[in-house]
Amino acid sequence: MNLKPLFAPRTMAVVGVSATNGRHPANVIFDKNHHRYPVEVFGVNPRGGRLYDEPLYRRIGDIPKKIDLAVIAARADFVPDLIAECIDAGAKSAAVISGGFTEAGRADLQERMVAIAREARFPVIGPNCLGLFVPFRVDTLFLPIERMIHPNPGGVAFVSQSGGILVDQMIKFTQQGVGMSKAVSIGNKALVREIDLLKYLLSDPDTRVIAFYVEGFAAGEGRRFVLAADCAPKPVILMKSGKSEAGHRAVSSHTASLAGDYASFTAAIAQHHILEAVNELELVSFCEVLSSYTKPIDGRIGIITGSGGHGAMAVDACVAARLSVPEFSESLQERLQAGVSENIRSIASMGNPVDLTGSGVDDDFVACVKAMGASDEIDCIIVLLLPYLPGVTLDIGVRLSHARKPSKKPVIAYVPHVEKYNMMIDGFELNGTPVSSSIEGAVLMAKGLMRKKPC
Amino acid sequence: MLKKDVSDLLRKSKKWGWVLEPDAQRIFSLYGFETPKYDVAVHGDQAAAVARRIGYPVVAKIVSPAIVHKSDVQGVVVGIRDDQALIQTLERFRRIDGFVGMLIAEMVRGLELIIGSKNDLQFGPMILVGMGGVGVEIYKDVALRMAPLTLRDADNMLGELTARKLLAGYRGSEPINLAALRKTIMDFSRLMMDLKDVVESVDLNPVMCNATSCLIVDARIMLKK
Repeated sequence: MNLKPLFAPRTMAVVGVSATNGRHPANVIFDKNHHRYPVEVFGVNPRGGRLYDEPLYRRIGDIPKKIDLAVIAARADFVPDLIAECIDAGAKSAAVISGGFTEAGRADLQERMVAIAREARFPVIGPNCLGLFVPFRVDTLFLPIERMIHPNPGGVAFVSQSGGILVDQMIKFTQQGVGMSKAVSIGNKALVREIDLLKYLLSDPDTRVIAFYVEGFAAGEGRRFVLAADCAPKPVILMKSGKSEAGHRAVSSHTASLAGDYASFTAAIAQHHILEAVNELELVSFCEVLSSYTKPIDGRIGIITGSGGHGAMAVDACVAARLSVPEFSESLQERLQAGVSENIRSIASMGNPVDLTGSGVDDDFVACVKAMGASDEIDCIIVLLLPYLPGVTLDIGVRLSHARKPSKKPVIAYVPHVEKYNMMIDGFELNGTPVSSSIEGAVLMAKGLMRKKPC
Repeated sequence: MLKKDVSDLLRKSKKWGWVLEPDAQRIFSLYGFETPKYDVAVHGDQAAAVARRIGYPVVAKIVSPAIVHKSDVQGVVVGIRDDQALIQTLERFRRIDGFVGMLIAEMVRGLELIIGSKNDLQFGPMILVGMGGVGVEIYKDVALRMAPLTLRDADNMLGELTARKLLAGYRGSEPINLAALRKTIMDFSRLMMDLKDVVESVDLNPVMCNATSCLIVDARIMLKK
């Protein structure tokens, strides 16, 4: 199965477009791709007609060009035959948006569709899904364009069993400034499944981090997935729902009781170097940090702050995440002290957290990042920035990003995310330094680097 | 390929859905695992002969296809020192549902561990290692991995246990034979891969580990339906 035409189509057919109902999901998909994406779009409707003064084709085979991607939003009963038509017409792939298959008691329809597609090695996403989104390339989500949040292009690919979670996560990635390479909703995952997308994304040059939202794997599929993802050259992150065991099932062995479905899931993926994100904040934090940094850390954290309270909160969060915040040696403390402005030398504390106080200025933060970067007492730096401090300017993001580069030690920043501070945040993020909107998120980023165990 | 004796034992057990303890012990000894000396008796004189051959004190356990959890029916008696106590125990066991015999085994001492396996729907055979005994589900001091294990997995699992210090000898107690424990875990992981089509879950609990060896003192094999 060649999945490339799904993600980089030059020609698209939208099956089910209505000549009269502009709100039909197929019309929404037709409109956005027609107006906004570099793809030639053709409408298909068995009754024919015209839309925007262009013909609607009665059959996919009637379209004068070969179709890379057929987006099917027609009634479930018609779908198996439509897939056969796609194959006959030489189309290269399909996304079936329509529901009404296994999830609605029509496993027979789904099985027929799969049998036809599998025989022809014809890739089908779905059914019962939103399909896919690739920034500036293609968007089969039937959500009106003016209501969507569009993530910037970036290194994170996200594959979701649920369309709703996918769209929500696109919003959260965007809020955190995390760029995406691909977003895929696989719905019933009748044919193209997580493992197929994993293999494709591992070889996709635009993707640096591969994340999944999974409700469950089929029999034996979890094993195949973790073996395929083990020691992959790109970080793989899984977020799972359905963690609670269904009721108190009678189990007659201790092992079966202790090794429940979720316990087995957690153990098997960690064993194979896949990161588990236990919630959305972990997912976004892990994705963001791993698209910037690829080297795992031991988890010895140096903290720089302008407020004692922030430092204390960060230490607590580090300890909870099993990261350590070692007290600095006297010699490092002396070097730090010597680097900062004279007026704060007597009030700043250098033990770790390094508290530069409300009187710290950009130069002090830069000096500390350099001194800590050159020390092997820690292997990751968290900078807690309070943008409202008088001595901190909007340039701090760029300056710290440059300051960290010689040491190759990861720097993670916390800056409150409000519009006023966007230029400061951009200064970090556009220069490759991840920024979280919360202290906890910044600590989770460090945890993500620690959890990415070397193979 | 399963050994013929093992396939026979598994086939015979199918009707109960699990493998009776003497048969389970036999399967593990056929695969080279260490078990205490044991035998099964039905009558009093037979029991006394077995116990004398093994050497008092002994432990006695009910054998019944109706009893999966022996402790729940006081079906395990440890530290039996003479024929009289042994025969009294046998008489009581006789009245327990489904009695087919009494397993008499050598008493062994050591640290009680659990080594178990569960055939997970999504991930296949999973191996569990932890602190064993009757409190295993209370303390939940266990580590879990997907089989087959690497030696590094086995070491990581032991390192994850809260009670790992006990393995190395704690406050004057003897350290256990770690090489024997590792070998038991690795052999168990391989065997569970071989048995994945027939076995649902296995508890080896306790596995008694001491300075010389790790012995499988109790084995419960639940079969796939």
